[in-house]
Amino acid sequence: MNVSEVPQDPRNIKQGDTLKKKMYAVGDDGKYTGVKSAGWEAENAALRQAWNDIDETLAETETKVRAGQLSPIPYFMQKNLMDLSLLARYMGKWQWQVKRHFKPDVFKKLSAGTLDKYARIFNITKEELTRQNPAR
Amino acid sequence: MSEEKFIHYQHAHCESGVTANLLRHEGIDISEPMAFGIGAGLFFGHIPFVKINGVPGTTYRIWPGAIFKRVAQRLQVKIHAEKFREPSKAMQALDDVLATGKPVGMLGSVFYLTYLPEAFRFHFNAHNLIAYGKESTEYLISDPIIEDVTRIAPEDLVKSRFAKGAPEPKGYMYYVTGTSKDMNMAKAIEQGIKQTCFFMLSPPVPWFGNKAIFLLADRIKSYPKKLPPRKAAQYVGNVIRMQEEIGTGGAGFRYLYAAFLQEAGQLLKRDDLAEYSTELTKIGDNWRNFAYHAARIMKERTTDLVSYDELSELLKICGRQEQELFEKLRKLKW
Repeated sequence: MNVSEVPQDPRNIKQGDTLKKKMYAVGDDGKYTGVKSAGWEAENAALRQAWNDIDETLAETETKVRAGQLSPIPYFMQKNLMDLSLLARYMGKWQWQVKRHFKPDVFKKLSAGTLDKYARIFNITKEELTRQNPAR
Repeated sequence: MSEEKFIHYQHAHCESGVTANLLRHEGIDISEPMAFGIGAGLFFGHIPFVKINGVPGTTYRIWPGAIFKRVAQRLQVKIHAEKFREPSKAMQALDDVLATGKPVGMLGSVFYLTYLPEAFRFHFNAHNLIAYGKESTEYLISDPIIEDVTRIAPEDLVKSRFAKGAPEPKGYMYYVTGTSKDMNMAKAIEQGIKQTCFFMLSPPVPWFGNKAIFLLADRIKSYPKKLPPRKAAQYVGNVIRMQEEIGTGGAGFRYLYAAFLQEAGQLLKRDDLAEYSTELTKIGDNWRNFAYHAARIMKERTTDLVSYDELSELLKICGRQEQELFEKLRKLKW
């Protein structure tokens, strides 16, 4: 890749993302040098797809939470890009235990301590966790 | 022990960048390409049965931690590295070393690094960064993949250092304790190149080294037949991200390694290394071409067999050219 070919395709995936990464490219003198790049459309597209997939799954989960089919736990789990295995690890619980907490009637009976722990892991307040509908 | 002001340099990749910045602070004038090459960072692996976030694992570099350790060893740099069970002890140890004026390298999870753009903050736990000071309640951070120095609150740094999920950083931190005047760059370069050739050409299993490129090529060919379009697009997208998004300097570290071969050639006054650098740059361009077409196919979410076949062939070109190149590098006379 020549220095003149280093792409500058802005990412525009999330707010305020203007980081310029360093690439290595060859100058006209044949010497390698570092060149900053605002992004490359191929990689931007892959990253955008990853975030779109997350947003799609999150929207599906949110619908189920609002419909009373799931507790807020899986919603915030996915919002924090965690899967069941990782969330269980953070909670210090078995996966089947955490999965039980996905049921709205089980969630209603959770202790304040457990709710506090979930809230801390999700970086939200207990009030936000137990709110009727998950915040957007 | 150095009381010099810490100077931040931006690099393409976290581990080689931290290595270069820590060593430069000790007066060893080393570039990132040189650190990457001596540390034998270049690699390829594809493990279809190990899924990370639901997609098969693909890597273009050697396992985390190897680059820094190998560079330190090959340049006779003494280091201290430590893991911790207790977050409070890990943060105290960090504070103690910082108080002596030394910068400290650390492993951390990208997800909790509040200074990074949100678009990049996934649960990736093998990121390297440097803390070079503490000012009232904030740590002064030199993260080589970003342009300038930055800061982070202690509660976020500790979350990053003790993030869960494999691999767990467990507060791993490392710093230089001594350097030697008997550094032999030429020998270090030779050892680095030999080791990369070994890892690219010698693995007896299909998931590691040059063979893995062909394994991935075969897998890609099968995606439209074996996977629903959304999953196929996800799998392809992940390969592009491992090659280009995570901070590789372009073309899955191939440009970075070509820069190393060029610099090594200049230092050792060897035309063959300069030639191989040029060859690897062209191979890097072919990796970029592969990524370009992979992105096109990914966006279209096509089930077109021909597209995936063509993509598979582009990847095989890279595989064949790299095999040829590393065979030549292996045969170098030292």
